[in-house]
Amino acid sequence: MRRILSLVGVLVLATAFTAFAAGPVKVSFWHIGVNDPDKPFYQGVVDAYMKLHPNVTIDITILENEAFKAKTSTLMQSGNPPDVFQSWGGGLMSTYAEAGLLRDISKEVIGTAWGNSMAPGVLGVYQYNGKQYGMPYDMGAVSIWYNKELLAKVGYKTFPTTWPAMLTLVSKLKAAGITPIALGGGDKWPSHFWWSYLAIRLGGKAAFQGVVSGKGSFNAAPFVKAGQLLLDLTNMKPFQDGFLAATWPDQAGIIGDGKAAFHLMGQWSPAAEASYSVSKKGILDKEGMAPFPSVPGGVGLATDVFGGGNGFAIGKNAPDEAVDFLRFLTSKENNSIYAATGNIIPTVKGADVALKDPNAKLVKALVDKAGYYQLYLDQFFPPAVGGVVNDSVQTILAKTATPAQAASAIQKAYDANK
Amino acid sequence: MKANSRRVGIPTLLLLIGPAFILFTMFVVVPVVQAAVYSLYKWNGMGPLTAFRGFSNFINLATDPVFQKALWHNVLIVVVSLGIEIPLALGLALIIGRSDFKLAVFFRTFFFMPYVLSEVITGVLWQFIYHPQYGLVKAIVHFISPSAPAPILLGNPQLTLWVIMIVIIWKYFGFHMTILIAGLQDIPLELREAARIDGASAGQVNRYVTLPLLRPTIQISVFFSIIGSFQVFDVVWAMGKGDPVNAAETMVTFLYKFGIQRLSIGYGSSVAVTIFAICLVFSIFYQRTLAREAR
Repeated sequence: MRRILSLVGVLVLATAFTAFAAGPVKVSFWHIGVNDPDKPFYQGVVDAYMKLHPNVTIDITILENEAFKAKTSTLMQSGNPPDVFQSWGGGLMSTYAEAGLLRDISKEVIGTAWGNSMAPGVLGVYQYNGKQYGMPYDMGAVSIWYNKELLAKVGYKTFPTTWPAMLTLVSKLKAAGITPIALGGGDKWPSHFWWSYLAIRLGGKAAFQGVVSGKGSFNAAPFVKAGQLLLDLTNMKPFQDGFLAATWPDQAGIIGDGKAAFHLMGQWSPAAEASYSVSKKGILDKEGMAPFPSVPGGVGLATDVFGGGNGFAIGKNAPDEAVDFLRFLTSKENNSIYAATGNIIPTVKGADVALKDPNAKLVKALVDKAGYYQLYLDQFFPPAVGGVVNDSVQTILAKTATPAQAASAIQKAYDANK
Repeated sequence: MKANSRRVGIPTLLLLIGPAFILFTMFVVVPVVQAAVYSLYKWNGMGPLTAFRGFSNFINLATDPVFQKALWHNVLIVVVSLGIEIPLALGLALIIGRSDFKLAVFFRTFFFMPYVLSEVITGVLWQFIYHPQYGLVKAIVHFISPSAPAPILLGNPQLTLWVIMIVIIWKYFGFHMTILIAGLQDIPLELREAARIDGASAGQVNRYVTLPLLRPTIQISVFFSIIGSFQVFDVVWAMGKGDPVNAAETMVTFLYKFGIQRLSIGYGSSVAVTIFAICLVFSIFYQRTLAREAR
């Protein structure tokens, strides 16, 4: 027994010494890139970083979007955030920052070469009270993705630019027996894109500023009218059968299989359509992209953009190496490599030259032209409000609430969580 | 008598009860008390408890239309469990439990199989079966009538809860059937034989001999069924998170969605305390009634 104990002692000492000699550091890294090309990209960056810094071990945890959200909220409450983890900035990140769960990296970012490599507006999404808590690598736009072949069948070469013209397209597609729109209504956030974009086209920046400043509210005309227009669209039955219970992968798969003409989604859409299609290839060069149609009478500009992106936040206990790894991950070189996959719209200045996909270039152009950029509402507001936005849009689609009731439910949640 | 009864010494008592008592306290009593404390605060689960709100969480809960809906759904699940699931299990147990039934072992395993599957796998499986684009139900409908529209089940708020109840019954009837078969095996064969010799028909034997003797087992089955119905979560969550528009919301999906996912731990705790109170009151009431009847 004694011999075993002394052996253990020697082992412990030995480990301690090697630990001192090499100074090994562990960094936990959580991302949601479950599919190609994200997964191999992250693996490549991690391998490259560990090769450059042999003392650093990066533990990767990959979780699917919904699972990631569920798991991190529990981790956060336990007070042990991962070192580098997926974050969309905005309301949820601010909640974490307020609770002191994130590491303030303002010193490393603001005014440095790293910080200056991105546009201030892009950095701002990952700030709370003027302090930097994370870095984006992808900032895109929600837009219409359509199947050129299916549109051609009803005589369209490009996607309509106004809402009434889009409704005409919907009825022509229906008459031709083609499902016009795919929607993962069960996941709710894809539906909230429709309502939010309509509200942006109708009310513009002023409507959203009014909500935040308290001078306006969700009960204002643009938000109620947005619900009404969405209800009118729903009444045309444009979505695939059973859309209220469909998930986002269902939505992507339907478009990827060429079984619906168009949908409203972010910059990651073509890659997801391919992943969730039967052929695993999607609709390839039949894919077209168009900005969200303008709405006659609306005060929002056709160039206003609703969207968001992806980035990483730094947990409170993260070592300096974690921050350094994030710097490496969002370097111009790596951001360009990621951009070349066509799955992100790069945030680092100059990295967009790597964009090869014509559709990705179009998204980038939308973002660059945006006079007003509104982050996804379910990310912009804290979860308790964002969740109600998503719920309320679903009640419009299921016709269990009127557009005015839905808007007032959102305002009520907003007031309760101010 | 006195000589025969051996008193258990304190050390033995501590040794036997101690570990269970400590674990029970740590993982049951402490969290329950904690939840009760949290339920009095507005708290997002992070940082210290500061915003004391008294019983306002409970008042909001009682007036929340979604929670009322969720509670009503739980009541419906109880009614369906008692009205369909248990009778189905009992009927099958009476058939399969017969000693002269050749394929008894096969059917026992067959009907018990759904219970062995994990709840989430069950949910995902049935989501595929119900899928409006490539589901089994759609395929069957199209086989019978090729021009019929695809049946929309989970995506139709009027039907969501009911199609999920089919899954719940499918999953749990085998469990109750197994409990009841075990109960049946405890009933001495002689009693049934005696009744048959006295001229009772098969139905009469079941009605006047088997069922009365099976009563304690049925009571246990009913108890599990009701408590399980109040706590149902995984299957519902896996099949659309209680949505669309809260059509299949139960108390626990409500707790998870509005308490945990939306970082309102204080509010969520008030839901947890409410569910706990309902189950506790029911258990005590049920056990007492049973104990009285047993006497």
